[in-house]
This record gives sequence, C-alpha cells and structure tokens, in this order.
Amino acid sequence: MSTYWWLERWPYLKFVAREVSSVFVAWFVILTLLLVRAVQQGPAAYAAHLEWLRSPLLLAWNAVSLFFVVFHTVTWFNLSPRAMVVRVGGRRVPDFWVAAPNYVAWVAVSLAVAWLVLRRG
Amino acid sequence: MPDTIQLEVTRYSPESDEQPRAQTYEVPLRKDWVVLDALNHIKDRVDGSLTFRWSCRMGICGSCGMNVNGEPKLTCATFLTEYAPGPVRVEPLRNFPVVRDLVVEITDFLEKLAAVRPWIVRREEKPLADGEYLQTPEQLDAYKQYSMCINCLLCYAACPVYGLDPLFSGPAALALAQRYNMDSRDQGARERLDLLSQHEGIWGCTFVGECTRVCPKHVDPAGAIQQYKLTAAQEWFKSVLMPWGGSQK
Repeated sequence: MSTYWWLERWPYLKFVAREVSSVFVAWFVILTLLLVRAVQQGPAAYAAHLEWLRSPLLLAWNAVSLFFVVFHTVTWFNLSPRAMVVRVGGRRVPDFWVAAPNYVAWVAVSLAVAWLVLRRG
Repeated sequence: MPDTIQLEVTRYSPESDEQPRAQTYEVPLRKDWVVLDALNHIKDRVDGSLTFRWSCRMGICGSCGMNVNGEPKLTCATFLTEYAPGPVRVEPLRNFPVVRDLVVEITDFLEKLAAVRPWIVRREEKPLADGEYLQTPEQLDAYKQYSMCINCLLCYAACPVYGLDPLFSGPAALALAQRYNMDSRDQGARERLDLLSQHEGIWGCTFVGECTRVCPKHVDPAGAIQQYKLTAAQEWFKSVLMPWGGSQK
C-alpha cells in the first residue's frame, strides 16, 4: 500500500485530518500553560505574553489551530453515538440524542467560562 | 440516455500475466442493469474467459463484492446508470490477493473469522429436556444488527488498517465476535476478549469508519468495535482493581 494511501480517497483524508487535529489540541494545552506561567510571573511578563500572542505569525497559527480544535470536537461528538449504545426503556436512543448532550454541555461550559472571564469587578 | 457504457475491467491470468491489466468492454446501458448484469453480459456474449464470483444477485450471499470506481460495492446492487456516461472501472476487492481477474483470495478472512469463535459458546449445556434457550425481543435487539453480516468483505476492502497491517482481524470478524458476545445465550465473551483485546484485534482499529459506510447490510462494524473497546477497557480496569474476580462470564 502506498505511503500516501490517505490522499487517494476523501474519507481517508478526513480521517487523517481528524487524527492530526489532536496535535493542535496539544498545542492549545501548551498555550494555556504558557498563559498561566505568564500570569504567574507578573504584569510585565503578562503584557509581553499578550504582545507575543498578537504577532501575525502566531495569530495565523492559532487561527488554524482553532479550526482544527473545533474540527476535532465536532468529529468526536458526532462519533460518540457509535461508541456508546444508550438504551432507554428497552429501546435504543437515536444517534442525534446521544450526540446532542455533548454540544449542549460544550455551549453551557463555554458560556460559564466566558461569563467568568468577561465580568467586571 | 446513451445506448452503451464502457467498463474497464481488471484482467489477470497468473499463468500468463506479470501484472493485472485493464480491458475495456462496451456493454448495453439498460436502466435496470446492475454492474453484475454487465459482467454477465460480457461473459455470455463477449469474452467467456472473464472470471468473477456471484450467486444470489440480490444482495444476500456476499459473493459479488468488487471495487467499482474505487469504491467497494456489491455489483448486484450497483446500477450502471449511476455511472453514466462512464467509463466504469471494475476491479477486484482491494486489500486481498488476486487469484484471477476479479476473484480474490479470502482465506485470511476465513481464518480470522474462525479464530473469534463465531458460535454460541456454553460453559454448561442445558439438558434437552429443559427446552430451548429463551430470549426476549430486547435481548435479540442487543446483537441482531451484527448478525446481519453477509461476509461480503466490502469492509475489509475499505479498511486502511487492514490494508496496512495484514495481522489486523478486520471489521467483519470483530463485529461477528460482538454478535456472539452480546447474545444472551452465549457464555464465551471472556475467551473472545482474551483473544481480541490485542493490537491485532480490536486495538488495531483507529475508527476510520469506512467499514460502516460501505457495509451493504448496515451492520456498523465500527460501532461494534468501539463498543467492544469500551468493554475491554472496563474489563481491564476490573482485573486491575479487583483481581480476585467479579469480571466477565
């Protein structure tokens, strides 16, 4: 089989993109740790960190990373019904209702975090 | 609609050919014809040496699986008009050695299938006088989907892991193992787990999901394997945290 087997069919390419997206998830973890370290080191370090985040190269890279992290999340949630069979009252719960709570939780947690970060005082 | 369509069919005679090659045939394009009809037309009227497997021509025997325009299909269930104006590439099922023309060697699958013990395994048999093993509709529902497998091997043709790693058990074998694991009459889940909770078994699967997409009987082998992984992981935790027992039958 060719080393480039994953280029031969669109579903294979999507699969490899899904797997590669985990690298970008790891990058976001590192980014968060760098932010925590900058905050811990004081106002000057934090300001320098923000300046670094504003550089065009990093903005572009993080935009690409955000796309892949969202792609990772959406594909993961959409695959969850395949891995978990949920039965209620002897009947199998349709895939939509297994995937949907993931999205609801995602939105709820995001809103909570946004409220925490954006509130004044 | 044009009258005819071209088929580019893989030909390979091991006694005379170094490599498989493509041969083009022009066949009638009829609204109700499937790819298998076209192949039979070629064999009956044009070139009797064309070799391929088929049987029921109604999508239940699993014999006629081939790669049509790169996609694993049952040729008895794939209409020619879907590919008009053509040409249509008909190749042997991917990831299997070719015996002749469109016929592939499936021994590897048969060995892997036998290895998962695809039958009801009982620790103790009920005496005949006690009657049959009863099963509720819910118990049937737990495994029925996986019992629909017709061993057509389209999933193996679609699976890149099987293509890359010849030791991988493959989607159908693992789905059929689950079919018996989930059957309330079966008591063989433990021995199947010991066999399949390995890299060549369920852990080789990276959930590409192509097997489920191409399956003509909606077996969802990818789902079966991921659920099996969950069970295997749970059993592993139980064996570590409670080594004295309390795990699977």
